[in-house]
Amino acid sequence: MLLIGYGNPGRGDDGLGPAFSESMAARGLPELEVDTDYQLFAEHALAVSAHDLVVFVDAEIGRQESFSFTELEPGSPEILGSHSFTPETVLALSATLYGASPRSFILGITGYDFGDVKEGLSEKAAANLAEAEAFFLKWLQEQTSEKEAAHA
Amino acid sequence: MAEPRMIEISPVTRVEGHGKVTIHLDGENNVEEARLHIVEFRGFERFIRGRLMWEVPVIVQRLCGICPVSHHLAAAKAMDMIAGVDQLTPTGEKMRRLMHYGQVMQSHVLHFFHLAAPDLLFGFGAPAEKRNIFEVIKEKPELGKRAVLMRKYGQEIIEATAGKKIHGTGAVPGGINRNLSIQQRDHFLGSIDEMIEWALDAVKIARDYTLEHEDLVAEFGSFPSNYMSLVREGDGALDLYHGNLRALSSTGDMIFDQMPYTRYHELIVEDVRSWSYMKFPFITELGPEAGWYRVGPLARMNTASFIDTPLAEVAHKDLKAVTGGSPNNSTLANHWARMIEVLHCVEKIRELLNDPDLQGTDLIAKGDRREEGIGVIEAPRGNLIHHYRVDEHDQVTYCNLIVSTTHNNEGMNRAVKDVAVKHLSGHETITEGMLNHVEVAIRAYDPCLSCATHALGQMPLQVELFGADGGLVDSRTQSI
Repeated sequence: MLLIGYGNPGRGDDGLGPAFSESMAARGLPELEVDTDYQLFAEHALAVSAHDLVVFVDAEIGRQESFSFTELEPGSPEILGSHSFTPETVLALSATLYGASPRSFILGITGYDFGDVKEGLSEKAAANLAEAEAFFLKWLQEQTSEKEAAHA
Repeated sequence: MAEPRMIEISPVTRVEGHGKVTIHLDGENNVEEARLHIVEFRGFERFIRGRLMWEVPVIVQRLCGICPVSHHLAAAKAMDMIAGVDQLTPTGEKMRRLMHYGQVMQSHVLHFFHLAAPDLLFGFGAPAEKRNIFEVIKEKPELGKRAVLMRKYGQEIIEATAGKKIHGTGAVPGGINRNLSIQQRDHFLGSIDEMIEWALDAVKIARDYTLEHEDLVAEFGSFPSNYMSLVREGDGALDLYHGNLRALSSTGDMIFDQMPYTRYHELIVEDVRSWSYMKFPFITELGPEAGWYRVGPLARMNTASFIDTPLAEVAHKDLKAVTGGSPNNSTLANHWARMIEVLHCVEKIRELLNDPDLQGTDLIAKGDRREEGIGVIEAPRGNLIHHYRVDEHDQVTYCNLIVSTTHNNEGMNRAVKDVAVKHLSGHETITEGMLNHVEVAIRAYDPCLSCATHALGQMPLQVELFGADGGLVDSRTQSI
């Protein structure tokens, strides 16, 4: 399984994605490959294509809930329009270039403070991060159990 | 007089960060004014003040997710000066150069194959659903795979030299904190010939496009301007990492040459305009009207006396021949120039990988401490200036940055207006394809409007169309 946390830690709560992935990397969880980047790029499609399960983690704006967890489908081409890619376009590129369409999710952690150049998460965002981590670890455990049951 | 009309407007896509184009029409549907507004990052000077000089090269990477290595190296060069180091050790300089060439290569590849190729392959006015990388891959699948692998190669070089993919720590005041292992060297050498072959093919694609569309390239957003870049000390060769400043006029007359970049604040002035947050730099001795200039790949092809890698120099001569050796003023020729620089970077990477200095252990030079430092580098998008002062406690007290997109501000605005007037004026119906022409002109500069957040749900790009009465006719934004 591949986990990609992305965002700019120098922009307040935009650093939620990297904070999440670095936290998971520090745990050294087996069967979890962790990547951290500022943004998504084309080469992430190559990494995605080599896994059967992928979770993207990004900061999210404007939600009431502390986080959201949504299954993704490869995106339509018109949403590709930047130096940085969306998770959907990374998936579409993986499918188009390498014929690989792993099951994928986006974990959006709600942030509030994106305005200035500054390090560190806001208090509310840090609390959301903790909730998202707890959710993800539980979900990961379920995935592992399901996989083990399937192989039994 | 005709009434203002509601017109569907596409967003400025494939440009990074927060930007807005405003187009004003008169009653006869002629474009009166067209401007590109860039929401420049602010607050960085406050953020950096009080930081220790040693941490600055790492912190500045948080400015931008697109070209963090450029900021890392420009800040490190400024801190070299403060550390009293005017000459790095061979290993220090060569490791930094390797990092820089990896960065420029992967940045240019992303722009050309993923952002510009759809326009070049299918035409500026092609349907929006056709103008994307997926359609390019359908036509040329191998090209898409090569682009990904070239990007990956450049990113791996950055990781090997900077230590990490993000917030690398490789360059430190006075040098570098690691060398390249034999194992790493052999890994990169293993595919370097393939990279060179692909870079040569990329140059051919860009060259053929430029020559096959000679009339379009000659008129599209093209206008005379001054050009500025670093060139190598002494012989004026292309040098992306270090050198002195050279500025040329649109006809090739030297405005200044071999000027130490520590004098940048004497050579250029940052002008302010009421309608834009971003400054408009100009060459001091020419004044604001005549002194604006362009930077970037094409500017560097114009200013450089030659390129010191053989394959790229052949391509450079080829490009220069189009204009008889004079500066090339065609905005779209930037694509060709960009691919020549990819070839140059890959040649330089090969040269460095075969240099045993990369395995040296003398990594950091020392000198007598100074209070002020200026670092300048040729980033993928053009000249990048970092300027700092520190106090006796090594804490930053002053910071000034001039990024490539700021240098190109006037040029991009002129390109936007030129294309808007030529392609939008007088039309009863303005189509999405027509508006894409304006975007193509902006994209040719590969502006990094980044230094912005990229959280889900943001809508950083906006185009606004104003009617004859000054009222907003239409506006559209897009999340990226």
